[in-house]
Amino acid sequence: MTPLEEAKLRLTRRGLLQHSGAGLGAVALASLLGEGARAAKRSPLAAKQPHFAARAKHVIFLHMVGAPSHLDLFENKPVLKKYDGQLCPQRYLEGQRFAFLRGHPKLLGTPYKFTRHGDSGIELSELLPHLAGVADEMAMIKTVHTDQFNHGPAQLFFHTGFPRFGRPAVGSWTSYGLGSQNDNLPSFVALITGSVGGAGNAMWGSGFLPTLHQGVEFRSKGDPVLFLSNPPGIDAADRRKIVDSIKYLNRQQLLDVGDPEIETRINQYELAYRMQTSVPELMDISKESKQTHKMYGTQPGKASFANNCLLARRLVEKGVRFVQLMDQGWDHHGSVFSALPKKTRQVDRPIAALIRDLKQRGLLDETLIVWGSEFGRTPMLQNDRAKAGRDHHKDAFCAWMAGGGIKGGVTVGKTDELGYYPVEDSVSMHDFHATILHLLGMDHERLTFKFQGRDYRLTDVAGEVVKKVVA
Amino acid sequence: MSGRRCSIRRGNRVAALLLFFAGAITAADTHAESPKPPTGRTTKVDFERQILPIFRARCFECHGPKEQEARLRLDVRRIVFSGGETGPAVTPGDSAGSLLIKRVLAKDEDERMPPEGKPLSADEIALVRAWIDAGAKWPKGVGATIAEKRHWAYVKPTRPALPTVKDTAWPQNAIDRFVLARLEAAGLSPSELASRARLVRRVYLDLIGLPPSPDEADKFVADDSPAAYERLVNRLLASPRYGERWARPWLDLARYADSNGFQADQYRSTWPYRDWVIEAMNDDMPFDQFTIEQLAGDLLPSATVSQRVATGFHRSTTCNVEAGVDPEENRVNQVVDRVNTTGTVWLGTTINCGQCHSHKYDPFTQRDYYRLFAYFNNTPLEVKLTSGVTYDFFGPKMNVPVSQDQSSRLAQIRRQHDTAGKQLKGAMAIATREQSNWEKQFAAKTAKPSAIARIVKLPPKKRSKKQRNQLRKFYLAQRPEIKLLRDKIAKLKKQIDAAAVPTTLVMVEMDKPRATHVMKRGNFLDKGERVEPGTPASLHPLSSELPPNRLGLAKWIVDANNPLTARVTVNRWWQEIFGRGIVATSEDFGTQCEPPTHPQLLDWLAVEFIEGGWSMKHVHKLIVMSATYRQSARVSTELLERDPLNKLLARGARFRLSAEAIRDNGLTISGLISTKMGGPPVFPPQPSGIWRHVGRNAPKYATSTGADRYRRGIYVIWRRSAPYPAFVNFDAPDRASCVVKRSQTNTPLQALTLLNDPAYMEMAVGLARRIATDKRDLSDRERVEYGYRLCVARRPNDKEAEHLLNVYQRELARFKTNAAAAKKLVGKEPLPKDISAEQLAAWVYVANILLNLDETITKG
Repeated sequence: MTPLEEAKLRLTRRGLLQHSGAGLGAVALASLLGEGARAAKRSPLAAKQPHFAARAKHVIFLHMVGAPSHLDLFENKPVLKKYDGQLCPQRYLEGQRFAFLRGHPKLLGTPYKFTRHGDSGIELSELLPHLAGVADEMAMIKTVHTDQFNHGPAQLFFHTGFPRFGRPAVGSWTSYGLGSQNDNLPSFVALITGSVGGAGNAMWGSGFLPTLHQGVEFRSKGDPVLFLSNPPGIDAADRRKIVDSIKYLNRQQLLDVGDPEIETRINQYELAYRMQTSVPELMDISKESKQTHKMYGTQPGKASFANNCLLARRLVEKGVRFVQLMDQGWDHHGSVFSALPKKTRQVDRPIAALIRDLKQRGLLDETLIVWGSEFGRTPMLQNDRAKAGRDHHKDAFCAWMAGGGIKGGVTVGKTDELGYYPVEDSVSMHDFHATILHLLGMDHERLTFKFQGRDYRLTDVAGEVVKKVVA
Repeated sequence: MSGRRCSIRRGNRVAALLLFFAGAITAADTHAESPKPPTGRTTKVDFERQILPIFRARCFECHGPKEQEARLRLDVRRIVFSGGETGPAVTPGDSAGSLLIKRVLAKDEDERMPPEGKPLSADEIALVRAWIDAGAKWPKGVGATIAEKRHWAYVKPTRPALPTVKDTAWPQNAIDRFVLARLEAAGLSPSELASRARLVRRVYLDLIGLPPSPDEADKFVADDSPAAYERLVNRLLASPRYGERWARPWLDLARYADSNGFQADQYRSTWPYRDWVIEAMNDDMPFDQFTIEQLAGDLLPSATVSQRVATGFHRSTTCNVEAGVDPEENRVNQVVDRVNTTGTVWLGTTINCGQCHSHKYDPFTQRDYYRLFAYFNNTPLEVKLTSGVTYDFFGPKMNVPVSQDQSSRLAQIRRQHDTAGKQLKGAMAIATREQSNWEKQFAAKTAKPSAIARIVKLPPKKRSKKQRNQLRKFYLAQRPEIKLLRDKIAKLKKQIDAAAVPTTLVMVEMDKPRATHVMKRGNFLDKGERVEPGTPASLHPLSSELPPNRLGLAKWIVDANNPLTARVTVNRWWQEIFGRGIVATSEDFGTQCEPPTHPQLLDWLAVEFIEGGWSMKHVHKLIVMSATYRQSARVSTELLERDPLNKLLARGARFRLSAEAIRDNGLTISGLISTKMGGPPVFPPQPSGIWRHVGRNAPKYATSTGADRYRRGIYVIWRRSAPYPAFVNFDAPDRASCVVKRSQTNTPLQALTLLNDPAYMEMAVGLARRIATDKRDLSDRERVEYGYRLCVARRPNDKEAEHLLNVYQRELARFKTNAAAAKKLVGKEPLPKDISAEQLAAWVYVANILLNLDETITKG
């Protein structure tokens, strides 16, 4: 490049910087997004100030896909146990629709022992021995309810606050609201074990938000990020040379046509190049200590929920805003009492380890852990007793949070004696979402995106922060 | 659907209020339950001193200058007497019949106004009633007055006069007069003409979505006749590639995909609809007909196959077949999607608000919504319980007839298949007969112990079922005639599947219409007032001659009096070509839309579109023939600061190609592209594990072989839960819902895709082979130039060419010392004649760079 050209480029840049304030190239990006001059002033993924002081900077969102039975894990209902095998009282069935139950179903008590744990005395079933050890970190909500009783729509509602396709997931809203803290990694990462839930990629999709806020899946097989590795015949040194050539030629174009989008493109190639090193390093858990592997139950190179829990910690350490873990296999219409223990054995230890690990690293205070599912399961029996299962239940189920801004050991809400309906402090999905945003320092009524002539929110027109879980 | 969905800030009380204003019947019902209202006095009441203060204190918070819930403003005389959405709040002389009084007296707390705080006192109510009964005198000048002005988009466009401009030499057509007048008013002038090489590439990409070959570009660059450009445009408009390029944005609107979405996300055959769109666009089917056939082709008198295939538009909704689904709820959700999509696509209207309540900003009531809903409501369930708790998709589909040739060919294959089946049966019978004999021989001649030998030694009765099967399998494998027949049958079966009559999803009207009710707060189980099909009163009238079905609706939509359809449509095309609509909020033309940058131009184009016989190609030609379009995209710092979003169009458009176009472009550049049109979706190579288990479905991604690997993106299989990953990385939507405007992002994942996706490496090898062999007797420098021109049409400048030449020479030298690396890079195809692996590898290196240039994936 000649000195003259350099000067011209600098001039262009200065002009741009005056206009764009922060991110060179953001102007063009914003122009293409059609967001106007307001948005043009900053790079869309630059870290942003929250509305008020944040209690958490990161979220690890654990979705037990398929919906575990809250009645066998968190809700001890002696009355349900007492009337086990009796017909469900008619009043519970009136006006109800069920996904599978037909006729007049019988009640199904739990065979599991419940014990109180920690100073707080949170009650957990014997299926969660490791979580019991961190009970005082958890804020248990017993009265979450949703509108949907089929998986696909309910999963969309759980992640996007809307039961059909087209809206952004909580993680996308978070990325949009707070931006990224790490230039080398996406702001929203999804980690999956088992098959994908019925709502598919929309569970980490950006809906009407710009797609750079969509969750990027880090895969446990093949390239962790699609197309991350160089093709055969191209090594890291080649790649560096190639990216340098692309940069040089793109610069020539930038000098000629002046479109700042080209500068953005150059930066994205640099970022891609850095990701080729940073992501495999991040995904490689083999260098974690023996102690850590023991605590999580992780095995390097194996796809497991435990590995994903450990990866979640590593991602949060690197500044990733929102990590979403999805684990399939909780839809126990039949044989719940043999299937559920198998599943809890897979997740109980690593989740407890994640909480402990974050705590010992001083990260728990700034990381919000959310555990939940698209709905709960019925107090009524599905199938015959030999293959006892539970149907989908939308009116009351449990979720818990721990970490940043959470009042550990608190239990919110009460359900009736069957665990069927909330009787105290009912928490809607919108309330749940409002609370997550609140802990991140965002007012769910102010986090809006204009689309189709309207300011859309994650919480639509509802949502109240569940203050009782907030420390 | 949730009973809590509503787009207004305050939950229940607002919803209650909206229910009231949604229809008089609700109010009347409320009234019937109320205690008999006290009779108002008929004494003289001073409105300004006695009534207005009550309104101000108790009503203005929601119905005053700041807020107008349900578009009611109690400080504006005209609105109080004429009503916001559903009629007057006050009927002079009739307090008992006035909605205002009914609501303040409502017994139900959810209904009663005001919704918060104490109810109005008996005295206050008596005063208001007295005022109404005395004739509701509202002196002029009291309260606020606001002008009654219809939002521009609801007024039918008329053709505006062309503005006068100072620079009369610049405009090529009417478009330019509007653009230039605006520029001159802003003190700006247009940019210079784009270079011919850049222009030819731009117009190729815009009209057919593919780049010109260097020869095609040369031909245009060399043709200095004044009509050269128009000839080029005409040629591109007539190309079959045109429909393939323009079907893409339409299929985004139609949320077209090859799978159901949701839990199982199974494959569905509906590609004949996709082909219909491509053909209709290639034929320049008038947009009114294009609309009618898609919305109601099945209802046209003696509907043709093609007209019925067209109705696939509204069968492209998602469909949830997960176990335990409520088929009626699924159907209602689909109808909701059809209404909303129709509102977005043809009316640019966020009619979807009306599902739960009347629109907050635009003149559409909840009742309007359900009257539109009624048009789409006579559809059968699309999900059926097939066994136990398993539901399956079974919605109406039709066979798409195939040609005589194809069907006789199919019959022939079927016959061969049946014959082979019979032959196999016979062969098996013989084999069975001969098995014990074979066993004896086998036992006699086999010395080595093996699993099979062990089984043979057992007496037949002692063999387990597994052993019997194992033996049988082994034995049959020893009989070549069986294998031969089985292979033949499998091959014929494949041919039958391939030649089978395709099916496609179509709209079907039920014989007995369903009754449509307003769904209270959008909840399909909570039925309100019954409604009949009808169109929103705030838009142009619905002719009484139109049938009350989808056909009537479609004809109403393309009525020349419709203020929206033509504007909304030309605006989307403008957006596709310039990157930004004249109305930037192309999905919303309501009162909350971003005002048009060139309102008169929009109207002029809309009228021109209608009067030009709704011809899409006519409008596209006008746009690309304009001087506005032909400007250079080069931008100075000053202009960038002045107009960063290029709203005023003082320069040409420059933005990244769409996901599909990037791939089509790469395939063309590398010479791999197949231009075969139509047919079932294709499966180009993608990384393994993308099509994983979703819900109960574990589909296999059967990567296409041969030319199908290189078909255009429009034909690539679109599975909603896992669209083609290279498309997703370039902002392709999941096609689960209508998308009017794709995002345009610039991310590292895009860089990784172009750098490393094996599909792009294949293109790099293809491009390298072209650079090395397309032209004879070129110098390396000339080959670099040729490669550049394949990618971006223009010639590289010296710096660019020298840089790449250096790269080539440097890498060639390196590969000469590292033949193994070269071999890895050049792929498995035999080397071209007279080209060494080292040379080709060095060109692959160069090609990888060229395919990644910003300019290569950008229209500029």
